[in-house]
Amino acid sequence: MFVELNNLLNTTPDRAEQGKLTLLCDAKTDGSFLVHHFLSFYLKANCKVCFVALFQSFSHYNIVGQKLGVNLTVARERGQLVFLEGLKSAVDVFFQTQEEPHPLQFLREANAGNLKPLFEFVREALKPVDGGEARWTYPVLLVDDLSVLLSLGMGAVAVLDFIHYCRATVCWELKGNMVILVHDSGDVEDEENDILLNGVSHQSHLILRAEGLATGFCRDVHGQLRILWRRPSQPTAQRDQSLTYQYKIQDKSVSFFAKGMSPAVL
Amino acid sequence: MAAVATCGSGAGSPGSAVATASKSNVTSFQRRGPRASGTNDSGPRLVSIAGTRPSVRNGQLLVSTGLPALDQLLGGGLAIGTVLLIEEDKYNIYSPLLFKCFLAEGIVNGHTLLVASAKEDPANILQELPAPLLDDNSKKEFDEDVYNHKTPESNIKMKIAWRYQLLPKMEQIGPVSSRFGHYYDASKRIPQELIEASNWHGFFLPEKISSTLKVEPWSLTPGYIKLLQFIQNIIYEEGFDGSNPQKKQRNVLRIGIQNLGSPLWGDDICCAENGSNSHSLTKFLYVLRGLLRTSLSACIITMPTHLIQNKAIIARVTNLSDIVIGLESFIGSERETNPLYKDYHGLIHIRQIPRLNNLICDESDVKDLAFKLKRKLFTIEWVQDNYLRQERNIYPPGFSYLLKQKDSAWGEGSLQHSTFLMSFLAKATAFASRLVRHSEPLKQTGSGRIHQAAGPRLWHDGRRQEAPGLLGIPL
Repeated sequence: MFVELNNLLNTTPDRAEQGKLTLLCDAKTDGSFLVHHFLSFYLKANCKVCFVALFQSFSHYNIVGQKLGVNLTVARERGQLVFLEGLKSAVDVFFQTQEEPHPLQFLREANAGNLKPLFEFVREALKPVDGGEARWTYPVLLVDDLSVLLSLGMGAVAVLDFIHYCRATVCWELKGNMVILVHDSGDVEDEENDILLNGVSHQSHLILRAEGLATGFCRDVHGQLRILWRRPSQPTAQRDQSLTYQYKIQDKSVSFFAKGMSPAVL
Repeated sequence: MAAVATCGSGAGSPGSAVATASKSNVTSFQRRGPRASGTNDSGPRLVSIAGTRPSVRNGQLLVSTGLPALDQLLGGGLAIGTVLLIEEDKYNIYSPLLFKCFLAEGIVNGHTLLVASAKEDPANILQELPAPLLDDNSKKEFDEDVYNHKTPESNIKMKIAWRYQLLPKMEQIGPVSSRFGHYYDASKRIPQELIEASNWHGFFLPEKISSTLKVEPWSLTPGYIKLLQFIQNIIYEEGFDGSNPQKKQRNVLRIGIQNLGSPLWGDDICCAENGSNSHSLTKFLYVLRGLLRTSLSACIITMPTHLIQNKAIIARVTNLSDIVIGLESFIGSERETNPLYKDYHGLIHIRQIPRLNNLICDESDVKDLAFKLKRKLFTIEWVQDNYLRQERNIYPPGFSYLLKQKDSAWGEGSLQHSTFLMSFLAKATAFASRLVRHSEPLKQTGSGRIHQAAGPRLWHDGRRQEAPGLLGIPL
């Protein structure tokens, strides 16, 4: 959890809003530091987190999480974190026939099906446990990242359906939050990705967009972060608020500064 | 499945200290120290495998790519469990050399190899591997003309390659060396006995695909399915993922896949823009990366991306790989005659470096890199180094120079231009120049202006006329 980013977003783990969909988007740079931020943020806020990690392995998130102050292994054992490791599950699905439906079942199918098994998995993971004890504040779904599903053969519409179902369940029914990472392909014309990105950004309440600098690689400024608050349910009577910052990623934190105010330049 | 072509009964890694861990759990990312940080909880003991070393940044286990210059640009080497994707150059001349250096490094270190190709028989590929340079001569810099065959005295102080004086002298115990990263001689073949002593598996697509059994209708081309099953089989059988209770393996598997995505693999992304199997390659890469992450293996893939019709697929493939390097050779392009690229054979672009177990990655600051295959060695250099070298030869420092600007390959404001200027500023001596060469006033031929000296610019007939270097102020 990056304290500076919390200040910019005006939230803390104690008083975060509920029922919100946050979209993380990266163009020409790597936006995975935002995923690590939100993962540690919601674990510290004592939420029940379902993490669909399609991009990297569990140990990667664990090691970075330890730098940010959360222990994923302990969280998983306690039941606070439900972790779907995409890479490992894909190997299981591919090489061994599964009896019960597996969340990544679509890998075995020739035609692009739908993501219903994945949705069932998420719903099962986040449903409130009967018994009365409310250990966790609210459920959170974290997806890293959605563009991988397109690469694995799903159509953009199927992925949008999945997001819609998840939003109805997690955000509206269970009053939880969702955080999704989508890559922006930029000038490479990836139509499916553009459809997906537009569709999700239309539904989201908060968009964090990490972009590489227009002038290329810089050692002191790694990129630019655009924050956009939206109100998708209400008609746009008020203007959406937008802020832009530049950032530099360090070993255990990320420092943010206004454009052109990098400490290296001043 | 048809019989796997294995060769040799070579043992794992003779000659180096290999501490066998008691637990059979194997992780891709291991660290020094008592904290367990792998995918499964591994023992606190440090496992030392020949030809690997932990990364300085995050303790990750690295193997050499076979080119020490490339290792340096990648932050020390290729991490175990990752995929190195090489985008082939247009005529596929230099990418096979990188591929073979990777495999040769595996043989020299005693790693197990898995070579997959749809074009050539893996046995032939192994015969053509370059020979390693295993004596002390390999440490000298070759482009300084110091190459000789005599064994140098170890107490002669090296003047040029003084950094290498600090490296430990290596013992020559047979084919296996304990050094990380070797130099290879591209004109010689690897000795036959090294190949025979090594443990390798080959996958030649025409052999495997002919024995087609029932293939499930997954949306992957049959060639890819077979290759994945083959790789998974080897990993399981030889115990690289620690799941086989009989086999306790403490060696690295190097996988090399040649020309992936080309039509020879049965994939049509190079032929049609919206083929029937456009997700085949990306699915393959995903499952392959899943296999690698849970085993002690590293993979090199060469891919003819310049043939892929749909650019979106290239972007997806890049996202799904860990390290992506592009080779661009100058053959047939107009850059062949550019004086900036004299002596070089092509450019090497490092397109992507992964962030593994970390928020940051080891991105090198140098972006203009070129390679050359000179005197049997493949070297990678910063382009500006060559340029500065040329300039220092022509214009020795200590003099002040006037430059007549002709139509040259530089334009004003270009990087070459400013580097040239800076090379002079850097070497300008404090006391005045010993020789000043004057020339007649310049007529502006181009829009560039290199040297602004004392002396005002004159406007004459509406045209700018400059007389830099002259102290008088004519009017």
